[in-house]
Amino acid sequence: MTSANTSTKKSSADIDILDLAGTKAKGQRPYFLADKQVEQVLSIAMAVATELAVTRERLASLEAVLAEKGIISADAIEQFSPSAKHTAARSLDTQEYLARILRIVQQDKEEISQDDKSMEQLQRELTQTD
Amino acid sequence: MSNVKTLPSWRALTQHGVMPQANHDEAARLNVLTHLNLHLSSRVIPGLRQVYEKHVHPAFVKEHGREPETRHEVRKVMMEDGYCQLWSALRRNTMEMRHQTGRAMVLRQADALSKKVEQLNKGCDTLQLDPTIEVPANISQVDIHCQPGCYYQEYYDQDVTVAASYDVGLFVTTAGLLGALSDGGGQAIANWLKAEHPNFKPKRILDLGCTVGHNAVPLAQAFPDAEVIAIDVATPCLRYAHARAKSLGVDNISFVQANVESLPQYADESFDLITSAMFWHEASHKMLPKALKTVQRLLKPEGLTIHLEQPQYHGKSVFEQFMRDWDTYNNNEPYWGPMHDLDLAEQLDKAGFDGSAMFEVGVVAKVDEKIFGKSAAGDSGEDFGRAPVWNAFGLWKK
Repeated sequence: MTSANTSTKKSSADIDILDLAGTKAKGQRPYFLADKQVEQVLSIAMAVATELAVTRERLASLEAVLAEKGIISADAIEQFSPSAKHTAARSLDTQEYLARILRIVQQDKEEISQDDKSMEQLQRELTQTD
Repeated sequence: MSNVKTLPSWRALTQHGVMPQANHDEAARLNVLTHLNLHLSSRVIPGLRQVYEKHVHPAFVKEHGREPETRHEVRKVMMEDGYCQLWSALRRNTMEMRHQTGRAMVLRQADALSKKVEQLNKGCDTLQLDPTIEVPANISQVDIHCQPGCYYQEYYDQDVTVAASYDVGLFVTTAGLLGALSDGGGQAIANWLKAEHPNFKPKRILDLGCTVGHNAVPLAQAFPDAEVIAIDVATPCLRYAHARAKSLGVDNISFVQANVESLPQYADESFDLITSAMFWHEASHKMLPKALKTVQRLLKPEGLTIHLEQPQYHGKSVFEQFMRDWDTYNNNEPYWGPMHDLDLAEQLDKAGFDGSAMFEVGVVAKVDEKIFGKSAAGDSGEDFGRAPVWNAFGLWKK
């Protein structure tokens, strides 16, 4: 038993949002790839990919707002709520986007089932003589 | 025509009275992460079976001259495979990004959330906090499902941010399949009861490990004349849950800070219905038998106890067990595997019930079809434990 059920600070003014938002969960973090730093680079790449997707969605909202209202207004973008049609289009865009940036995983999956030969293997086969 | 199904936006969730407000980019970030979960479950996970069948399994048989006998043997060899490693790294990252996004969003509005919660809770005797309740080891030793601060951490006085972030993220980890109030679990139990046992009218209901009350609320709505008592050990969750229920106009739930291992404040045989949703897999071998004994003591004769969980491992292939067990080691769910190995009927027997009376039934989260689509639950790909399709187990007390 532990008594962690109490706060250590009096006010929200004492918290560091940037650190707290990204803080590590208690419990040893498993690393999966052979090289820990490669996995860290993967983590950064996925975060960057997410941020680019967010930027793309913001642009989509900007375009939609401009089309609907004919004005540029930051507040209008903040408040913009996409219609069902827009939501469906964005959902499809996002899935296409993820499929593009994770192409290497898809191709690895395909290679597992295809038994592709290496160029060296093919070269050996093509240069065999009777 | 594309055969790709589209997902709803996080914006489709119901804005209850204490729902954190997302700005444009926060909602977009949650939507991308929801899609990333869908991508991993529907497009990457199927490759794992191919990896196993084409490479890992034949190599194991060749080396050992026999089939792998346990999921642990499968895990050892699968986690050495590059495709499995990459999927694991992506899945762990997606979970961590979801927490960072949710936490950044709720922490920036922490004061506003606390004020709304305090306002809604003011003067209500239906919120009963008990600062003497200690956080039990099964949730204090590790931050369950990688959520920093777990369910109970308070960063300052009157903090509810871990609860709010949990509420925000349920949509992401289940790809929106729990419905507009993330209450599909409670709805599933309520709908099953109304359909299968229309004459059962519980007067007093106990919900164990209620967190933000998302499953207790639909039960309270389904049985408006019943008194519902929802318990948890986590202060921020109880504060938030009470305010959330009040804002939805639900007044027949008391949120009580208590540990299910011992509930001396409630008399023997004083509840008609005792429920939980995804609760037992976060227990421990010490805690679970005590909690079941409490359930046995508190349940009235002719009463029902029913619990939503993922199906037990028994009878499943060692590969499927390995897939279902990933979260045990890699998503901070150390009791997930041990719980799914238990013989639940035997556990109920030991707690004083007649275990042979135990039933199991498949219940599916009931979602708002006008927003989330009719067939969404069945088409999202197998996620081996993340999709909200439950196995409920329980019994009627004789």
